[in-house]
Amino acid sequence: MKEVKSSSVEVHNLTVIYHRKPVLWNIDFQLPEGKLIGIMGPNGAGKSTLMKAILGLVPLNSGYAKIYDQDLKDVRSRVSYIPQRQTVDWDFPATVKDVVMMGRYQHRGLFGRITAKDKEIVDEALEQVAMQSFKNRQIAQLSGGQQQRVFLARALAQQADLYLLDEPFVGVDASTEESIVSMLRSLRDQGKTLIVVHHDLHTARDYFDWIVLLNASLIGVGPLDEIFTDEKLRTTYSGKLTVLSQVGDRLREKNFPVREK
Amino acid sequence: MNSNDLWIVFTAIAVALICALPGCFLVLRRMAMVGDAISHAVLPGIVIAYLLSGSRNTMYILPGAAAAGMLVTVLIEWLQKRLRVQSDASIGLVYTLLFAIGVILVTAFTAQTDLDQECVLYGEIAYVPFDMMSIVDGGFSAPRQLWIASGLLTVLIIVITLGYRGLYLSTFDPGYATAIGISVVFWHYILMSMVSLAAVVSFESVGAVLVVALLTGPPAIASLFAKRLPLMLLLACVFGVLACVFGYLIASFLNASISGSIAVVIGVLYAFSLVIKKIFF
Repeated sequence: MKEVKSSSVEVHNLTVIYHRKPVLWNIDFQLPEGKLIGIMGPNGAGKSTLMKAILGLVPLNSGYAKIYDQDLKDVRSRVSYIPQRQTVDWDFPATVKDVVMMGRYQHRGLFGRITAKDKEIVDEALEQVAMQSFKNRQIAQLSGGQQQRVFLARALAQQADLYLLDEPFVGVDASTEESIVSMLRSLRDQGKTLIVVHHDLHTARDYFDWIVLLNASLIGVGPLDEIFTDEKLRTTYSGKLTVLSQVGDRLREKNFPVREK
Repeated sequence: MNSNDLWIVFTAIAVALICALPGCFLVLRRMAMVGDAISHAVLPGIVIAYLLSGSRNTMYILPGAAAAGMLVTVLIEWLQKRLRVQSDASIGLVYTLLFAIGVILVTAFTAQTDLDQECVLYGEIAYVPFDMMSIVDGGFSAPRQLWIASGLLTVLIIVITLGYRGLYLSTFDPGYATAIGISVVFWHYILMSMVSLAAVVSFESVGAVLVVALLTGPPAIASLFAKRLPLMLLLACVFGVLACVFGYLIASFLNASISGSIAVVIGVLYAFSLVIKKIFF
């Protein structure tokens, strides 16, 4: 296992089983601080589950995850989570400002008063994602990219040190993707750690400093250049590729009609 | 309108309000059918509490019914999570079973008393003025039902005000809520307790069949127009009140069932609101 001097996230012997099927198998790694880290792997590789396991959102069958060498419950205020956009109901009666204000709940608790300072922080967060002019819009009226920006603003309002983003680029327009990436980079340059579940191999090379390659078990973890090798990628994606090439072979063999005449 | 009419309308309004408030969260969680399930499943709880205590005193009935309401929630979740029964099927299985047990208990053991099938299914809001009580002897006298409903309304308003952020965030984004340390399960059960209590208290006035109309109708109408949650809660209450007033007027005009008329008005209001929303919004 790669040793890291000061680790943001450490996962040890982590196994998660859903309905008797292992989704994550004996995962072990340490991630550094202050890096932009991608979790990559084919569909169903357990990328999102790994993120949820780190955040304590799914029960672990074995092992543990530590954040800044502590249990999650002791460092919650330093951790922000940006779930997949599709997991929430965007028809909800809430405005952009309401959602971003949720980022302050953790600091104020369930009962504390929202202060002028909180409002200021929310405004700043909205400014950073260029959504200031939409702040009184109902969230149902936003495009996919705008929804993602709102989620990002909520995380910014939380003022955390570690950000976990689950597939932030799915269904967003190119300009939003670009602005999210530049925002992630600037957060990294401020010393924050960002962990991103991502599936597009082409862009990964541009976006990330570190990579976690996953396919139920850990294939590799480390700086981009060490991990993004053809061999490791083939191991990670091999299952899927074989199935697809088998289908391709079948089609050729039998001269299967791909398109009806 | 004489004072009896007023008492009936006031009671109906109180009942509509205690349903509309938790109903908003049910509708937003897309759990309206769970509300239906709970409103039916409280029946065996009511009957068992009645049989054990031998009285219709609310002090005994409320806990029994609330326990039945929680039981149905737990059972539905257990079927879904452990046995992986699909959610609509598990709801259908559990509540019909519990309701049927309640019906059997009512017909078999309580035939000679004032707990009968008519009352269970359709409620008896028209009789509310005949059951007056006052909190202190000789004090202000109002229907017992209205006292109970107002008491619960006060509790619900306090719980929703204090628990606003917990209920709000765990409804909108449970994943994020859990990540920042809010217990989604806790707030789920808080909501289910509120729904159970609302269902029991409404049950006596409007019957098992129509509780769900009050739980889901006004919130569903409100959700068509409300941009923010506080406004949705307020609008749901407004629509609940409107339905009660118009429902009662129609019922006395036709000399028909009050709770039935209220439910019909809710349906008509919803259809009307859909049209308005399509045209103006």
